[in-house]
Amino acid sequence: MTSDLSAPPRAGTTTAGRGTSPRPPFGVSAVSVLAVLIALFSLVPLGYVAYMTVATGWDTAVGLILRPRVGELLLNTLLLMAATIPLCLLLGVAGAWLVERTRLRGHRVWAVLLAAPLAVPAFVNSYAWVSAIPSLGGLGSGILISTLSYFPLVYIPAAATLSRLDPAIEQSAAALGLGAWRTFFRVVLPQLRIALTGGALLVGLHLLAEYGAFAMIRFDTFTTAIMTQYQSTFNGAAGNMLASVLVFFCLLLLLAEVRSRGSARYARIGSGVQAKALRLPLHAYHVPAQLFLLALTALAFGLPLYFVLRWILAGGVDVWTASEFLPALVTTFTYGLAGAAATTVVAFPMAYLAVRHPGWFSKSLELSNYVTSSMPGIVVALAFVTVSIRMVPGMYQTAGLLVAAYVLLFLPRALVNLRAGLAQAPKELDEAAQALGKPPLLAFIRVTLRLTAPAAAGGAALVFLAIANELTATLLLSPNGTRTLATEFWSKSSEIDYAGAAPYALLMILLSAPMTYLLFQQSKKVAGQ
Amino acid sequence: MAPSVAATTNSHLQITDVTKNFGSQAVLRGVNLSVAKGGTTAIVGPSGSGKTTLLRLIAGFEHPDTGTISLNGTTVAGDGAWLPAHKRQIGYVAQDGALFPHLTVGQNVAFGLNAARLEGSRRAVNARVTELLEMVSLDASMAKRRPHQLSGGQQQRVALARALAREPELMLLDEPFSALDAGLRVATRRAVAKVLAEAGVTTILVTHDQAEALSFADQVAVMRGGKLAQIGNPFVVYTRPADRATAEFLGDAVILDAWLEGTLATCSLGAIPVRRPPAQGRVQLMLRPEQIRIAEDGPIRGVVVDTDYFGPETTVRLKLNVPKEVAEHADHRYPGGGEVITIRHWNASIARPGMELCLRVVGEAVAFPMDE
Repeated sequence: MTSDLSAPPRAGTTTAGRGTSPRPPFGVSAVSVLAVLIALFSLVPLGYVAYMTVATGWDTAVGLILRPRVGELLLNTLLLMAATIPLCLLLGVAGAWLVERTRLRGHRVWAVLLAAPLAVPAFVNSYAWVSAIPSLGGLGSGILISTLSYFPLVYIPAAATLSRLDPAIEQSAAALGLGAWRTFFRVVLPQLRIALTGGALLVGLHLLAEYGAFAMIRFDTFTTAIMTQYQSTFNGAAGNMLASVLVFFCLLLLLAEVRSRGSARYARIGSGVQAKALRLPLHAYHVPAQLFLLALTALAFGLPLYFVLRWILAGGVDVWTASEFLPALVTTFTYGLAGAAATTVVAFPMAYLAVRHPGWFSKSLELSNYVTSSMPGIVVALAFVTVSIRMVPGMYQTAGLLVAAYVLLFLPRALVNLRAGLAQAPKELDEAAQALGKPPLLAFIRVTLRLTAPAAAGGAALVFLAIANELTATLLLSPNGTRTLATEFWSKSSEIDYAGAAPYALLMILLSAPMTYLLFQQSKKVAGQ
Repeated sequence: MAPSVAATTNSHLQITDVTKNFGSQAVLRGVNLSVAKGGTTAIVGPSGSGKTTLLRLIAGFEHPDTGTISLNGTTVAGDGAWLPAHKRQIGYVAQDGALFPHLTVGQNVAFGLNAARLEGSRRAVNARVTELLEMVSLDASMAKRRPHQLSGGQQQRVALARALAREPELMLLDEPFSALDAGLRVATRRAVAKVLAEAGVTTILVTHDQAEALSFADQVAVMRGGKLAQIGNPFVVYTRPADRATAEFLGDAVILDAWLEGTLATCSLGAIPVRRPPAQGRVQLMLRPEQIRIAEDGPIRGVVVDTDYFGPETTVRLKLNVPKEVAEHADHRYPGGGEVITIRHWNASIARPGMELCLRVVGEAVAFPMDE
């Protein structure tokens, strides 16, 4: 879950003489049926939670929810979000502004370095901090680790938006008498609104869904409590109730984001080519700015990397037992590739409808996808466990079920990229190819698919990245004896075998690094939409 | 060419009673058009009148709701028949060219070529591509460039070459010159018209620019509100428009109230002959500004209200004086003068606000019934 959720559903374009039909035409009905099936499938976790809440009965539910324990979890979660989200916003915007809008030396390098912490999964970050300060625990360290792990989720869309802002608007503000600071607050910040609300939503959802990082520092949130419940009573009512509360918070966050996104237009009005933005000189603030960025990068990226390497050196050659980590690497790769391919294929019908036949039908499909994409991994996993045991027992603990869960969890990433890619392949090109004598299917393959391929590959790469780092759902759903990099890392570090866990951490970081770079590059292109 | 040519003789394309709705919006409400082989037809109308939809129906990208479209006598759409776009042998140039961005210019042009039919060799394909590019006055070295490296005008010409590659019999052009700068537009238009005329291709051009339609085509069809208001050759359509809206769309028009008796209409500009009177009594009379000339011995007088200098000519707005007959007889049948009309003149110094000018009307007027 990264910059995908911050993209609001987009309207299609029409030219004179060509109206948009509210429903896709007859020939596309197979695609719409597929899309509906996929949307229904993605509603399974939400349906599961609702069903469980209803099935438990009102009295039991109230009894389970209104407990001191839940109050404690609630307090922890709320305090965590109340502290982390503003901090992430602050760091993200500050970093983005310094990199994009000032004459900072080496801003190109800083631009990439500030996005780098995304290559380190949050639980590896936790592991490194616990290695540095073994007594770390509680709310303060939870806030510290979350902020350092998640501020790039705000930084990346903010930087992309800032780099695309029209300087003419700021110049108009200057001509109307606003100084630099006032221009920033009254003109620049409002244009960052979508990036900021989207980024804040992502940080919030990640906080609610994160398990490994908080478990390692023994900080209790809803997700860690659900996991503990699951491990003790498997499918108890208590765990399900906690899941309901968690889902409730996720939906609340979604609603808050939609509301605060506002309805004002943010796109540039008027024709002509946009000029390049001016960069402000920093003068006396230059050195403090460099130091600030250095400190941020060192803590967020340098520290985890340093400790992982230190553990590897401490462990020596022994930790690199090929018989253990090679199968894990292969399994991770296989699941990553299978998941990425499946997700891209599954996302295609919805993306196609959204771009080629915009209307209430595709919008409602997008909306349902938007809602279900906010579900935390643990809820999805629980839902799949229950549904598969009760309805399709043969599927439980199979690789297919795990891949299905991955598809559900990471569909938005593929969808956003596919939509952007399909938008580059308008219907007119397909028609031009048909007018030149190519049958419709051949025209589709040679023109539309060919033009969408790079974006689809980008989306698949992002899904691969997410699957390689996925812990919670993998722990719950993978067949017995499956080892991925994440699960091996987790079992080793749970046994306090930090040296043994280090190679897996390093491999995960190495695997994620190129994909993070890709995400950073992509966001620049998608910005402003 | 008159639109009433019989279907089996010279007609290449025949559109009969075609309607098209998008959802609840009726875009085409019954269109009838016939295009002769080798002829050029311009469909002109304001934005949103349905011209692009009609073109897309002819190309085969949409199905008509009712009515038929036939090519060379064979029904391709309607009446249960349907020939898909890729089988229609029609060339289509979209509004912005629609060049494939992932292919080079040469690959774009060669896209429609069936390599097998050209005896397969790459050299034959390249030769054909060079030939087509030269046909549209583009240098053969452009073949290696990508579409985004070309200017708008060049892209349009590549799109034309691409459509011509398959030697279609019918060519559809959707506002192909609208994205070009004004200076380039005329030159490109002439070049394209020449290419198509030399190739003998039947052409249908869609545009909202009436000057383009009148200069490019030998048959002009004026579209309004989903129907063709008038079809005819440019001269006829311009000088004898079928109704007031068509008259005003195709150029500036001076519209005056008049009293029509027989074929003579009396108005503030005097008595003007009308060729085909639609009714008698009170009518609206239409004249083109160039028919009203400033002449020293002209029978009509007017006072200049203001002028607009455009360089080669000046637009002059005049308030017409009350004609002598009305001043004397005060007959309710004759309009009383006082209208403000717009005319054009080449000599700016002659017209200054407040001056009185003498006018003379040349040629015939067109009369429309009063209720329009």
